[in-house]
Amino acid sequence: MSPESSGNSNGHGVAVRLENCAKTFADGTQALGPVSLDVARGETVVLLGPSGCGKTTLLRIIAGLETPDAGGRVLFNRTDVSSVPIERRNVGMVFQSYALFPNMDVAENIGYGLKIRGVSRAERSARVAELVAVTGIEGLEHRRIDQLSGGQRQRVALARAVAVRPSVLLLDEPLTALDAALRDRLRGELDRLLRTLGITTVYVTHDQSEAMVLGDRIVVMRKGAIAQVGTPRDIYFAPTSRFVAEFIGAANIVEAAYSGGSLLLPGGTLAPAGGCDATLNGRVLVMIRPESIRLVPVDGAELRGHVETLSFVGDRQRAVISGVAAKPIMVDVPNSVALKIGDRIGLTVDPSAVRLLPGEPS
Amino acid sequence: MRDRLTFAAQLVFTILVAAFLIVPAALSMLAGVTVNYFRGIQSGLTLQWVTQVWELYSDTIFRSFLIALATLVVTLIVGIPAAYALHLRNDRLSRAIEEVITLPLAIPGLALALALLLTYGGFSDFRRSWLFILAGHAVFTLPFMVRSVMAVFGAIDVKTLDEGAASLGAWPWRRFRDVIVPNAAPGILAGSLMVVTLSLGEFNLTWMLHTPLTKTLPVGLADSYASMRLEVASAYTLVFFVMIVPLLVAMQVFARYRGGPTALPR
Repeated sequence: MSPESSGNSNGHGVAVRLENCAKTFADGTQALGPVSLDVARGETVVLLGPSGCGKTTLLRIIAGLETPDAGGRVLFNRTDVSSVPIERRNVGMVFQSYALFPNMDVAENIGYGLKIRGVSRAERSARVAELVAVTGIEGLEHRRIDQLSGGQRQRVALARAVAVRPSVLLLDEPLTALDAALRDRLRGELDRLLRTLGITTVYVTHDQSEAMVLGDRIVVMRKGAIAQVGTPRDIYFAPTSRFVAEFIGAANIVEAAYSGGSLLLPGGTLAPAGGCDATLNGRVLVMIRPESIRLVPVDGAELRGHVETLSFVGDRQRAVISGVAAKPIMVDVPNSVALKIGDRIGLTVDPSAVRLLPGEPS
Repeated sequence: MRDRLTFAAQLVFTILVAAFLIVPAALSMLAGVTVNYFRGIQSGLTLQWVTQVWELYSDTIFRSFLIALATLVVTLIVGIPAAYALHLRNDRLSRAIEEVITLPLAIPGLALALALLLTYGGFSDFRRSWLFILAGHAVFTLPFMVRSVMAVFGAIDVKTLDEGAASLGAWPWRRFRDVIVPNAAPGILAGSLMVVTLSLGEFNLTWMLHTPLTKTLPVGLADSYASMRLEVASAYTLVFFVMIVPLLVAMQVFARYRGGPTALPR
């Protein structure tokens, strides 16, 4: 059952637009440079980045918990809400620590936003029952918060945020406090719930696999600025910078000499698909994902090297091959292939999987 | 064998120290129900001194409770919002304000009273009423309320709770009423007990601020020591004890309870 089945016209939320939102704190530290971002109605956007990259600050600006520096604007459906306090923005927020009220039981927590809005007791308890069912916490309605497990708290926090039918749902690292197995399971549940609700959602995380699963689009952030915006596939296959390439998934980033449309490496040559900037000559940075490199017979191979280390991961094995580039590269090899350290091997790479990256000081 | 000796020595030492502190109090209270202190307990036991204290000083007892409760009301109304604001801001200014609030603890009560007299002594109606003493008590006890409420705010993540309530649409007053105060209850209770106890027993300040018509219990006690026979003064001590001890016990019981459920799992 969809919690929005009652046909609320606000059910799918608002479009969010950020214009030049920067944030400098009172002590002078700049947490966020001027950032502009559009989130479409009903879309789930994930803000992804290492700690201190400004992603939480950006979320708090959308929420109304921080005001952007002068010149920055936050718009909900083209209405400027920059000076509207959080309590009037009709957002739903899930905090990293959940911020559940210890003085109220589970049902009272979920129903608090409705109580504030003056919703009648009967309507409130119907809505609470609906959300308790959706989030799978039946039977816990009258538990105190300190009697709940981490996963249960997370669900209560989510139910509470969604209960008020917010214009935009904001989640600040909601799974970080949980252990790995639970995190995986809840990630799937959260994905299903967000798709069912279809509400505009901004989700902050530092976990790239969470971002991949949940995001319609991912905003990769670094040092208070947006490094790249795109679908999970864009970000993974076509990173525009070394930072994004290294932050998302495993990547081999090697320096190569570029001339005449070919990349010259110590272990052979590669031809990137579609070539690249003809004016580009000299040293370039190349990214190749470990899983896009295949093992081939040594004779006639594009690249040659030898196995330096091997680790069996289960569903595959990861080999570190030296001799191909200036530094050893990672290659994912099917788990059925028998390799041993020191083996001389040939490698081939699909031209479309070779990405040139703009040079950037690392 | 050696362990038992050590234990016995420790026990004896503890009993001696405790006795050193308790015997005088017990003797004093006993004197309050003795017919003639100088003839000792064999002169017989009586409640006549207690009755006399009640006749002479019952107004000071009622006044002390009135002032203690009024002080509590003032410190609750001023102290809890102050603690909330100071905790949320937590910048240099708020820390300076916290220091200023705490200052009356370091200043002798007499100096504090003198300052109040110099400043407000000219307003003779105010000067003559019990409200003047209330002002002194409020200044003196406020830091205890603010500190104990702030301690709880520090233990629970009050800023995030506040933001959580705000995200659900609650205005500052609703947040304060629905979320902040209920979750700060342990600190508020501890602070309240401390404020009431301190106000009931306060002498320094009150002695300077009182008029013959606005004596409080401790001031009356000093008065009776100075001008009454020893048995009456002792009976007064007894009355004071009977009133203050339940409060102290409540504080102890509460301090034990406090370690438990107030800490929030993060």
